[in-house]
Amino acid sequence: MVTSTKHRPGPPKLLPGATRAARLRTINGAAPPNLAVRGLKGIVLLIAAALVVAPFLAVISTSLADQEQIAAAGGYVLWPQNPNLDAYRAIFSGGVVTRATLVSVGVTVVGSGLSVLVVALLAYSLSRPGSWGHRPILLLVLFTMLFNAGMIPNYLLIKQLGLIDSYWALILPTLVSAFQVIIVRAFFLEVPQEIVDAARIDGASELQILARIMMPLSKAVLAVVALFNAVSYWSAFFNAVLYINSTDKWPLQLVLRTYVVDNTAIGADLPGEVVPPQQSLQMAILVVSLVPICLVYPFLQRHFAKGIVIGAVKG
Amino acid sequence: MASSVVPGQPAPSRPAPPGGTAAGDPSPDPDTIGKPRPGRRSPTPRRLSGWQRLVRDRFLLLLGLPGVVVVLLFQYVPLLGNVIAFKDYQPYLTIWEAPWVGFDNFSVIVNGDPAFLNALKNTLVISLVQIVVVFPVPIALALLLNSLLSERLKRISQSILYLPHFMSWVIVVALFQHMLGNAGLYNTFARTHGLPLVEIIGNPDLFLALITSQVIWKDAGWGTIIFLAAISRVDLQLYEAVAVDGGGRLRQLWHVTLPAIRPVIILLFILKLGDVLSVGFEQIFLQQGPVGLDASEVLDTYVYNYGIVGGNWGASAAVGLVKGLIGAILVLGANKVAHLFGERGLYAKW
Repeated sequence: MVTSTKHRPGPPKLLPGATRAARLRTINGAAPPNLAVRGLKGIVLLIAAALVVAPFLAVISTSLADQEQIAAAGGYVLWPQNPNLDAYRAIFSGGVVTRATLVSVGVTVVGSGLSVLVVALLAYSLSRPGSWGHRPILLLVLFTMLFNAGMIPNYLLIKQLGLIDSYWALILPTLVSAFQVIIVRAFFLEVPQEIVDAARIDGASELQILARIMMPLSKAVLAVVALFNAVSYWSAFFNAVLYINSTDKWPLQLVLRTYVVDNTAIGADLPGEVVPPQQSLQMAILVVSLVPICLVYPFLQRHFAKGIVIGAVKG
Repeated sequence: MASSVVPGQPAPSRPAPPGGTAAGDPSPDPDTIGKPRPGRRSPTPRRLSGWQRLVRDRFLLLLGLPGVVVVLLFQYVPLLGNVIAFKDYQPYLTIWEAPWVGFDNFSVIVNGDPAFLNALKNTLVISLVQIVVVFPVPIALALLLNSLLSERLKRISQSILYLPHFMSWVIVVALFQHMLGNAGLYNTFARTHGLPLVEIIGNPDLFLALITSQVIWKDAGWGTIIFLAAISRVDLQLYEAVAVDGGGRLRQLWHVTLPAIRPVIILLFILKLGDVLSVGFEQIFLQQGPVGLDASEVLDTYVYNYGIVGGNWGASAAVGLVKGLIGAILVLGANKVAHLFGERGLYAKW
């Protein structure tokens, strides 16, 4: 079957590069670059891609490799021979990494959910034309894009609020981004006023209009905002350095810093007898922090690329 | 409350405000709906009073309240907290109890405390190097991606090259350490195979090179998006015109593609200039330990180390305040320059 499709006569599919070049030639008018230039481009691109892929590959492989292979390779491997999940079993059998993963998941879920809700509510209340005070409030929000109060006053505020060592210190300060309010509001403004008026005539309240009309019609942008915030809550590092003192409240990024960047020996902080080599454990922690990002990456890439362009073009 | 919209009258169609929203939308208030020409203010407007509108919109305002409270509390209150730059704050006092000391805290800046000057110097050097070295990389990469004839190869390359952007700095720093560190992947391999060692991690002399290469690794791919978007809007007839005039692909690049993305390049360059006092804070903070403060202290880490770790609250708040003010002036100035170049900048002219 496979060979028959390969040799099936049809549109000239041999040399796909050449046909595309021919097509492009008709568009651009210029001859396609010669073989040397194309080869050079290929090499540059290959190196760039390898520089990105190789570290991830090494990290995943080392986390899966067994002790003998790691010892033989001197620490890191590019491909595991007898892949096993011992390192993951060790870090997820309770102890500091398990706890930190739960903390990070919790902060990410609660933070991104809450922030998309608050942003949507604020954006909606600012999107109704002629409502009381919407211009000053909008300016108030916009103005925050121009400044950042600075680390010391932020720290003192969290301290005065009694939020030191509280998860809310990781969630609340970054809950509302002016940029996101603007983006969501722009989408709400594009919902035809006729639909809203029709709902009003049918007796819908503001909350119903928001929940039944605005949010369903702006699902895509709200999903993007939620994803964006999830990634930044998951990756947030410095706020935890500032505000979280007790190690049992550490999010994953702090664990990553301590055990993977600063190379603190992790064996003592895991329950039971830890067998896997240090490198496997470190790389397993790294993988745990990578995986959620990689899972949402396809969505991120599609929407973010669009969003950044919209932001650049529309202002 | 919602019944104040006159039923049966279609609302005027509301085009999306160009450029989002900066200074409010141009659409007419619903108060004027029902007038013959809704877009224009009629001479005798039957407007609701402010109080009536407040009562009408009370529920709407309630919806926006949580967001407004968060913005006020976490953006504006800390702004006021900058008063401690003029006070002798100690942790056992509240901000209000701390005695006023005028501009004493600013002596670090005015008299040129050596640690502060070092941080300032490092910040400017790192910014400058990143402008010169990092800035052109996404442009070159975008041109390379754009020149690929195969759409599929282009898409795959983009997917790979955008990925590092989404990794936190902790992950990026961890990856670099374990790949290029003394006991990392490359050096263990190089030792057993007689290759030259790479001693870039924890080396103060090469710290600048290290953080520059990390920035390129993380964000060069992502940075191509905006240039690729600009290139994709180029009129293809321009390329044909070059070809008709006998120009090859290099001529097309020089006379069409580059001029097409020049506005974006100028804009991003100006914005980058406006940001010279902020260099990758988390990135540098994570790597200060082995490198030492001489090579790695920048303004933001100075505020942290001198203020929160060292307990010099007032003085480091003063440094943060001056940095914030200069930063804001630079951003506004950069926008001004962008407007002079006929670009839109971060925000449109109001």
